[in-house]
Amino acid sequence: MDAVDLARWQFAITTVYHFLFVPLTIGLSLLVAVLQTRWYRTGRPEYLRATKFWGKLFLINFAMGVVTGIVQEFQFGMNWSDYSRFVGDIFGAPLAIEGLLAFFLESTFLGLWIFGWDRLPKRIHLATIWLASIGTVLSAYFILAANSWMQHPVGYTINPETNRAELTDFVAVLTNSTTLVAFPHTLTACLLTAGAFMLAVSGWHLARNPRRDGATADRAVFVPSMKLALWVVVISGALVAITGDLQARIMTEQQPMKMAAAEALYNTAGPASFSLLTIGSLDGSQELWSLRVPGLLSFMATGSLDGEVEGINDLQTQYALLYGPGDYSPNIATTYWSFRLMIGLGLLVAAFGLVGLWLTRKRRLQHPQVAVAGVEGRALRWFWRLAPWMFALPLLANTFGWIFTELGRQPWTVFGMLRTADSVSPEVGVGSVVISLAVFTVLYGVLAAVEGYLMVRFAKAGPAPVEAAAGQDEDATDPDRPLTFAY
Amino acid sequence: MELTDVWFILIAVLWVGYFVLEGFDFGVGMLLPVLGGRDEQQRRVLINTIGPVWDGNEVWLLVAGGATFAAFPEWYASLFSGFYLALLLILVALILRGVAFEYRGKVDSPAWRARWDVAIIVGSAIPALLWGVAFGNIVRGVQLDENHHYVGNLFDLLNPYALLAGLVTLTLFATHGAIFVALKTDGPIRARARACATRVGVLCVVLAAAFLLWTQLSYGRTWTWVTAGVAAVALIGGLLSNLRGREGWAFLATAVTIAAATVTLFGDLYPHVLPSTVDPAYGLTVDNAASTPYTLKIMTWVAVVFTPIVLAYQAWTYWVFRKRLTVEHLPPAGGLPAPAPTPVGTSAGAGRS
Repeated sequence: MDAVDLARWQFAITTVYHFLFVPLTIGLSLLVAVLQTRWYRTGRPEYLRATKFWGKLFLINFAMGVVTGIVQEFQFGMNWSDYSRFVGDIFGAPLAIEGLLAFFLESTFLGLWIFGWDRLPKRIHLATIWLASIGTVLSAYFILAANSWMQHPVGYTINPETNRAELTDFVAVLTNSTTLVAFPHTLTACLLTAGAFMLAVSGWHLARNPRRDGATADRAVFVPSMKLALWVVVISGALVAITGDLQARIMTEQQPMKMAAAEALYNTAGPASFSLLTIGSLDGSQELWSLRVPGLLSFMATGSLDGEVEGINDLQTQYALLYGPGDYSPNIATTYWSFRLMIGLGLLVAAFGLVGLWLTRKRRLQHPQVAVAGVEGRALRWFWRLAPWMFALPLLANTFGWIFTELGRQPWTVFGMLRTADSVSPEVGVGSVVISLAVFTVLYGVLAAVEGYLMVRFAKAGPAPVEAAAGQDEDATDPDRPLTFAY
Repeated sequence: MELTDVWFILIAVLWVGYFVLEGFDFGVGMLLPVLGGRDEQQRRVLINTIGPVWDGNEVWLLVAGGATFAAFPEWYASLFSGFYLALLLILVALILRGVAFEYRGKVDSPAWRARWDVAIIVGSAIPALLWGVAFGNIVRGVQLDENHHYVGNLFDLLNPYALLAGLVTLTLFATHGAIFVALKTDGPIRARARACATRVGVLCVVLAAAFLLWTQLSYGRTWTWVTAGVAAVALIGGLLSNLRGREGWAFLATAVTIAAATVTLFGDLYPHVLPSTVDPAYGLTVDNAASTPYTLKIMTWVAVVFTPIVLAYQAWTYWVFRKRLTVEHLPPAGGLPAPAPTPVGTSAGAGRS
């Protein structure tokens, strides 16, 4: 393995890992803000308990997102210095603005939210979680603007004198059509992730023995949480699909090779069918058997059932003329399967939410142990059995989504402009990257185990009792009162 | 003034903000066993003095990094790839300490907490030392070739001048942190922090005086003798104020020391951003490392509009949490019971099962 491969592995590992925590941070901060708003409006203690319970899980996750994010800010310069030199005039701006507008907002107001329960008036305290949540959303916007520029560069010129890309129109970068579809797609995926997480934890608690101590009190927290989670999963699931469809069409226009690779479509076809599964050679060039939906790829790519979709071979010929000799197709097997797994897992969790919404009608959430007859009863039992595992589906779908997006762009870092092989740091030796790759892998592995352990234990422990959850009273602004929360 | 100069100044401001703010939370972290002893409640008081603010402090680093990328891409690229392994160490330290603050109280087990405490102590001391080493090298210059690529190795960065710079930041942040604790707590911790600030502070004065002299004699320019002087006077003034129990003034003084010392280094560096020791012509300057005027103009507008807002709400956070913290202010620890009833003191696997 050479320095480029090692640096790519490191970027893949650290970025995929970072993005396990980010969607939950974005989605859950919004859901916690909603729950706290309900408490502020109704004054009902179960909403305060819910806010604190989900808030605690949110923070365990948030810590990991923050610390792994520092690596992201550094490693463009560390491992991709030639990339940084080439694109810094454009790419650096959204990153710096993300820090100034988003990171400060989320970190500062989250600090106020965590420690401010007894220091701030209720209204201001509620505002802090909303501001932190807005910070996470802003952060997503700017980093996606930066990434979208790599997928579809706009608002730039190549300066032959400095040999780099230079910014000519910042508004064009911020309103890149790629950003405008990637942002809602990512944001709704974050909500789907948080919804599925809430569904999983609530489901586990609601399916437990109803006669144990504190079961009634816990149900008061988890019934509204489950309802919120089911609706969030269904609505955001639908929106992820719609925005994903828009994205596919834009992608076909801007990066046709990525779409061709997504289907392992070697020869241009119209109408083009979409294979749900294929058995064949690993690079998809030879097919033994496949399960196909006619016209679906045409529809995804063009919006019409008989639209023409360009194949890998034709694109390869075009690109070789345009960019000179070379291989312009990404790794087909990985692109093919990650595309399917992203869509499949996302649809699966959304469908699970929809079925769950139907099965739990008629106040069945309040009485999950009451027997329901027939097929529906069996389905309901399966719903409770499967619910706790639903958290994993969006995490995997998100991961496959990014693997598809980034691998599908290869061999480019900036599409049509800068190759991955020309982006790596020439001054960093293989030895250094081996060390850092090993360090990150071990460190991240250990931290994943710790985080998972804490998440499971705190999720299972359930919400704190009402007395302990109270704590905000009229005198909340006295700065000398004991803290209700401290490390 | 050229926009490249504006951005050189703004990046200096971001590093000043970072060192002044995270400087004290590094100090508090590395002094955890010194100021808190073995007493869990006292250690919790220390951690909670920085609890609400450390993460916001750290964002100054991220913005400094991002702003360098945006305004001086060549600087960002050569610096971060050149200091590769040193930055890796800093990253590991920052990751561990960040997680440690959040996780150490989550399981009620002495073994669990002890491990996270190591992460906090080491994770605070390493960056405090290495940021000094990094800035020592930036001022001194590094082995850049004609393509602005760093051609030295990790050990070239560990030269006496840079190591001295590292010891200065280490002791300076420790002093700054101890004074912060004295300002933010009461009772025995406060007394211990004041005594500790004096002891570490005296060592810091000696190291800082040697470092500033070395810097000014080798790389100095006329006006930075003034800022170097301000740094030295403020440090001594801070220690005297601390001795007389004026902790607010003492903290302000060490903050001024850090700011003035950082300004001195940036002042000596200008117009370079990363000099080359191979050939002065190979060095990176505010001109050959900069982005286009268009990018710098946009960034300037963003910075002018949003930096005051950030400063306002961060200042407000410090106002909200302005009161001194003592053991009496702490709620019971919110950790879950240790999973298996392991006797206190056994280490292996006590925190996890």
